[in-house]
Amino acid sequence: MKLSRNTFFYFAGAVFFFALVKAMQFSGMLTPYWQLVLDQALIIVIGALGLSIIYGFTGQFSLGHAAFYGLGAYTAGALDKVYGNGNMLFFFLSLLTGAAVAGLVALLIGLPILRLRSDYLGIATLGFGIIVRVGMENGNKLFPVLGGATGMSGTPQVAHFDLIFILTLIVILLVRNFIFSTYGRACTSIREDEIAADVMGIDTTRYKVMAFVLGCALAGLAGGIYAHRYPFLHPASFDFLKSFDFLLIVVLGGLGSMTGTIVTAVGWVFLLEVLRVVLGQNFIDWRGVIYALILVVSIIVRPQGLFSGKELRLLIPDHLKMLTGKEHTHAGSGN
Amino acid sequence: MPVLEISNLAKTFGGLKAVNNFSLSLDEGEIVGLIGPNGAGKTTVFNLITGLYKPTAGTIHFCEEDITGLPPFKISQRGIARTFQNIRLFKGNTVLDNVRAVFHPRIKYNFFDALLRTPRYNAEEAKVTREALELLEALNLAHRANEKAANLAYGDQRRLEIARALATHPKLLLLDEPAAGMNPAEVKRMVELVRYIKERFKLTILLIEHQMGMVMNLCERLVVMDFGQIIATGTPLEIRNNPVVLEAYLGKGATVA
Amino acid sequence: MEHFLEQVLNGLQLGLMYALIALGYTMVYGVVQLINFAHGDVFMVGAFLGYFGFAVWGLPLPVAILTAMVACALLGVIIERVAYRPLRYAPKIAALISAIGVSLFLEYFSSLKFVFGPNYRVVPRPFPEVHWNIAGLSVSNIQVIVFVVVLFMLILLQILIYRTKTGMAMRTVAVDHNAARLMGVNVDTTISITFAIGSAFAALGGVLYAIAYPQIHPFMGIMPGLKAFTAAVLGGIGIIPGAVLGALIMGQVETLTSAYISSQMRDAIAFAILILVLLFRPTGLLGRTETEKV
Repeated sequence: MKLSRNTFFYFAGAVFFFALVKAMQFSGMLTPYWQLVLDQALIIVIGALGLSIIYGFTGQFSLGHAAFYGLGAYTAGALDKVYGNGNMLFFFLSLLTGAAVAGLVALLIGLPILRLRSDYLGIATLGFGIIVRVGMENGNKLFPVLGGATGMSGTPQVAHFDLIFILTLIVILLVRNFIFSTYGRACTSIREDEIAADVMGIDTTRYKVMAFVLGCALAGLAGGIYAHRYPFLHPASFDFLKSFDFLLIVVLGGLGSMTGTIVTAVGWVFLLEVLRVVLGQNFIDWRGVIYALILVVSIIVRPQGLFSGKELRLLIPDHLKMLTGKEHTHAGSGN
Repeated sequence: MPVLEISNLAKTFGGLKAVNNFSLSLDEGEIVGLIGPNGAGKTTVFNLITGLYKPTAGTIHFCEEDITGLPPFKISQRGIARTFQNIRLFKGNTVLDNVRAVFHPRIKYNFFDALLRTPRYNAEEAKVTREALELLEALNLAHRANEKAANLAYGDQRRLEIARALATHPKLLLLDEPAAGMNPAEVKRMVELVRYIKERFKLTILLIEHQMGMVMNLCERLVVMDFGQIIATGTPLEIRNNPVVLEAYLGKGATVA
Repeated sequence: MEHFLEQVLNGLQLGLMYALIALGYTMVYGVVQLINFAHGDVFMVGAFLGYFGFAVWGLPLPVAILTAMVACALLGVIIERVAYRPLRYAPKIAALISAIGVSLFLEYFSSLKFVFGPNYRVVPRPFPEVHWNIAGLSVSNIQVIVFVVVLFMLILLQILIYRTKTGMAMRTVAVDHNAARLMGVNVDTTISITFAIGSAFAALGGVLYAIAYPQIHPFMGIMPGLKAFTAAVLGGIGIIPGAVLGALIMGQVETLTSAYISSQMRDAIAFAILILVLLFRPTGLLGRTETEKV
């Protein structure tokens, strides 16, 4: 497997970014606080790419994404808390299990509910999110290790920037490869016109479920990393308000754009923290107000999102450009 | 051997008989026109053949295989493609991807080839892209390959829908009013196009059309529907002089050219 | 048995309040196909204004309620004008995001110290609670008031929608904006009126809620809003009797689950029922199944 030119630039950019962060670490510019914010941003990128697949590329409205993020966090966190001892092998095993559990639950719930359309699907997934939250709050009755409504702590905190960064890079590449394959095209055609896709030979149920399972598994993976970077898990961190966060990242980034999702996810996490610093102690109460205003103003100014249907060249496979001679875009604004 | 064999097909919507006692047989290589006043049930017949509606009664055989009640995507994979009366492209996607998307059932790489971009993925993607571009070339759309489908002119959108249908490698093509809203010069080009693709891709074609010029020019045989039923069949000449057909159309404002 | 019937009465009280909120959701959805997530927060503002009216400014209760309703009607109109109208013909999701933004704005703005403040407030009863014993059942005057007021409002709404020109305009806009415009309906005004009515209903619901469950805070609108919205979906969103039916079911499910199963499972069971209903009736209990024309 030879590296394509864009993949090469992708890695070159990644190495540059990595070196930059390392330099800032060693010079002391990057305080542990901002390091935590950066790590959080990368985790959110992974989770938001999951929703991007489900909603941005396949058009399936989900208001329950955080539930899968939470399922991954609790599964991976609890596994490592009970069986692990800071061992890296266990870290990765618990991450994979967290993602698998989230994906499996998505499969079981997705098969029946993905028949619903738009707002009805949204409200069903939102309801599912609330059910999961109630489950988390009462999970300690079955498994005391989960901590229930008071939250869970004790997961080995072994995730750090280097690992999270590499995982994020891999996820972005895999998502790119998925989107720019026949599977991705099946998904976008379902988003654009489900009936036409069906009549043109695409098994729509299968690919809606596939996108949902993949996207939710990514949320689960992100959750698993989160559990290894933040010592305290609480059901409230995974409720429907968190699902809204994922949704607005994907929409503000522009539906059908990985670039948009990545940029907005990072920007969004940093915005919240920058507001905290800028406002200082005296005006911290205004943070939510200003955040809400920014949200309303940005969607009114750019209802189609930042990068609707467009990608940075780095994220586009080479051979398409060679064959068609022009820059390739692959999607538009969903409705 | 008939390509398509429909017998006694019926579809009712809450008491309304949209299609009733509809039987039709298409031989390989035929172009048959399905005509009739608005609301006669022509598009419903297409929706029944392609599996969007489940028939209330009757059977549909395609190449001697019973396809009654199969889901649309399976019917498509067996070799029936269609266009839509109100164009249904993947509007936000590029012209090229509209065509490439429907190659999906015949793609020879698997999920992991795609994720890891193995040589098999690269080879197959290159092949699919080449074939898609050839199809676009044949329909004179290759220069718009990277354009969003929504940005195409109306006539181009109609042709893109045909290109997309051809990309499923059909044996039977159902065209739902391909010349609707076109001027005489455009209709003439559409007639040529349909002839051309029929020869090049060895198709059997069933065509719904109100532009009588097109139907009379293209079809060897016409089937006339009214109120969900077949009221006449015959060559264009026979149909033109059939009093029952004239009666069905009179006062309905359709053009009998 | 008495206990069970009392629970049913409690459920009815809760359901009727949900109905007041659900109507706003469903009416707005009817005319602009938007899930107005800020609606639950308008309910919150209504509760606070009612509380300030009768408990702080010393207004008579009916005047306090009317003040809250008028103020919230205005608030609803402003929200639509500022945050939704610019996005009316943008992709649907844009207006939804805007609604989430407005919802957060109302919550955080209300939490500011010079507005309502971030703390819980205990609402004093505007009149003493009285329990009557009717055929072995304990019925409170609050329950009677809620019942009478909501029933009165429902009848009023029914008359408004089916017997007035405004109602006809609303029904026309719900079908097709352009057609309505061609028929001479002022679409913008009609949408504003719909938001005003829905918001006034939410405000009334808020005040009643504050009287019945006397504790208020800036985030109190989230869960009732969500439940009421769920009720509207359960009944078939956009359909007014559906909203009431869904709300009554929701009230019963919640109350009976709390009483006989577990109050912690209450929300989970309510939403599980919603999902099950949608699986069998994808557009809600009274919703028409729409087959897309091909």
